[in-house]
Amino acid sequence: MDYLFTEEQLMIRDLARQIAEEKIRPVSAEYDESGEFPWPVVKVMAESDLFGIYIPEEYGGTGGGVTELAIATEELSKACGGIALAFAATALGTYPIILFGNEGQKKKYLPDIARGKKLAAFAITEAEAGSDVSNMRTTAKKDGDYYILNGTKQWITNGGEAEIYTVIAMTDKTRGARGASAFIVEKGMPGFDFGKKENKMGIRASATRELVFTDCKVPKANLLSKEGMGFIVAMKTFDNSRPGVAAQAVGIAQGALDSTLKYAHERKQFGQSITSFQGIQFMLADMATQIEAARALILSAARMIDSGAKDIAMVSAMSKMFASDVAMKVTTDCVQIYGGYGYMKEYPAEKYMRDAKITQIYEGTNQIQRGVIASSMIKSLVKK
Amino acid sequence: MNIIVCIKQVPETTDVKIDPETNTLIREGVSSVINPFDVYAIEEGIRLKEKFGGKVTVITMGPPQAKEALREAIAHGADGGILLSDRAFAGSDTWATSYTLAKGIQKLGDFSMILCGKQASDGDTAQVGPGISMHLDIPQVTYVKKIESIKDDIARVERMVEEGYEIIEVPIPCLLTVVKEINEPRLPSLKGKMRAKKADIPVWTSNDLDIEPSKIGLSGSPTKVVKVFTPPPRRGGQILKGETEEVVRKLAGILKSGI
Repeated sequence: MDYLFTEEQLMIRDLARQIAEEKIRPVSAEYDESGEFPWPVVKVMAESDLFGIYIPEEYGGTGGGVTELAIATEELSKACGGIALAFAATALGTYPIILFGNEGQKKKYLPDIARGKKLAAFAITEAEAGSDVSNMRTTAKKDGDYYILNGTKQWITNGGEAEIYTVIAMTDKTRGARGASAFIVEKGMPGFDFGKKENKMGIRASATRELVFTDCKVPKANLLSKEGMGFIVAMKTFDNSRPGVAAQAVGIAQGALDSTLKYAHERKQFGQSITSFQGIQFMLADMATQIEAARALILSAARMIDSGAKDIAMVSAMSKMFASDVAMKVTTDCVQIYGGYGYMKEYPAEKYMRDAKITQIYEGTNQIQRGVIASSMIKSLVKK
Repeated sequence: MNIIVCIKQVPETTDVKIDPETNTLIREGVSSVINPFDVYAIEEGIRLKEKFGGKVTVITMGPPQAKEALREAIAHGADGGILLSDRAFAGSDTWATSYTLAKGIQKLGDFSMILCGKQASDGDTAQVGPGISMHLDIPQVTYVKKIESIKDDIARVERMVEEGYEIIEVPIPCLLTVVKEINEPRLPSLKGKMRAKKADIPVWTSNDLDIEPSKIGLSGSPTKVVKVFTPPPRRGGQILKGETEEVVRKLAGILKSGI
């Protein structure tokens, strides 16, 4: 389908596609197996200016938005959802600064991110605070020109590899969600350490670690927005980043389908290609249609967000929920079409299925997304 | 340190077809790319610029659409491109082509190094690079796999030979043709692509160059292509069996009668 991309968007798509085909696909199985962080690929993405595509020009980017982010993320994810995440999770860590950073913070942090010199990460989840972020235990106490952070963040994507972290911590526990604040924390600040690297089911080329804060001194100048705005910062960030997760999901699904279609065409049973069987044809047709519908929803949501529209939580949640459910279904069916080969690590189908699963879980489970959608619906009804 | 990289736009396939009437390449329906070996020359030029400063200018001779190849080179990191294009250049062999390129380079002016791919993937002659150096009367080193250092106007390079490599010191300005072992070319960058799209690429015709008309184009080309053809497949050989002495005698007889 033609989504009427601008010339610049087409450049981004072609460039991301070239990186995916030439630099990611040949190494994706290797990184999936080793679980190492794909620094050589990150360097290629950096040299190609990919990290700046959603960052304003005055801070070294090329001035795009969520649409550009989605276009690139899909292309990269077609080859490997894990490696693509080094890029996409940096966007998640950067959006709080783009959306809520003051001039000084933007000038200090965005140019290095845009150049790909430094990766970013976003930290909100804790052991006891997953979907219920108001239950956060990490605290930030003001002490002169500093905030002193204490606590542990869990399952932080790009954790340990990134240089710049947006961290949500409680500045006033008595106020619940309204007592949360957002901070920019740099790797190397005293009292900031990393826990062990998690051994994951999928997206294994992505690094997931604990962030451990022990009397970590963060300069007051690194507070994003104001005290008590942490929850808002997180929610608005997710509104902007969820289409990115959705694009990752669609990329994984499309990558799986492309590979499955090729395999099915070559695979002969009963003396003919299995694509001549209606049972397989219907599955392929359903997959292609679901993927296209998801992509259309993502790009509509992304364009709405980029237009500056206000009520974006619902479309953003819809795109993430729909695309990730599609990705899980499509990749499961891809393994099915591959049959026994699909279950074997020698073929790419099982990896796509493992990589797809996380997209239904992170940046808000799909149950939480449904909650966001429903509450937006109910809110608009009450407004009338 | 100003660097000039000579490139050629070639069909994107090694499976080129020859028009049996004109004995030239059939280019219709085949998309074009920068000659793969030239991409290494562009990359090496950019690396030299990153190390020593200066400018990388890409030059090509070809039809108007060869501008696309120059834009691609700019997207990879070159600073600018020059297209030499004129009907009068058509039909140039490697001698006339290298003469024309040398004249273009003279017009460009000051340079420290000219880089070329070792050969083009369509013609495979490997003659244009050396030809340019002859026309400009500067030293050349072919099949360079590494530029070790450039100090006091002397470049120390490694030149690939069949079994190993030679280390050669060459005064600059000079011309090097490079092999693919020299580097791993980077991908284009987004900002490079944007710059390439907007780049103004001058087109120089024969009128813009200080050239002798008799030395360019088909008439200026000493090479005459009489025929280009695919040789017929070899027929099966003959196996001689028997005692050694007898076989040798038979073989000698066959060879003699053949001559």
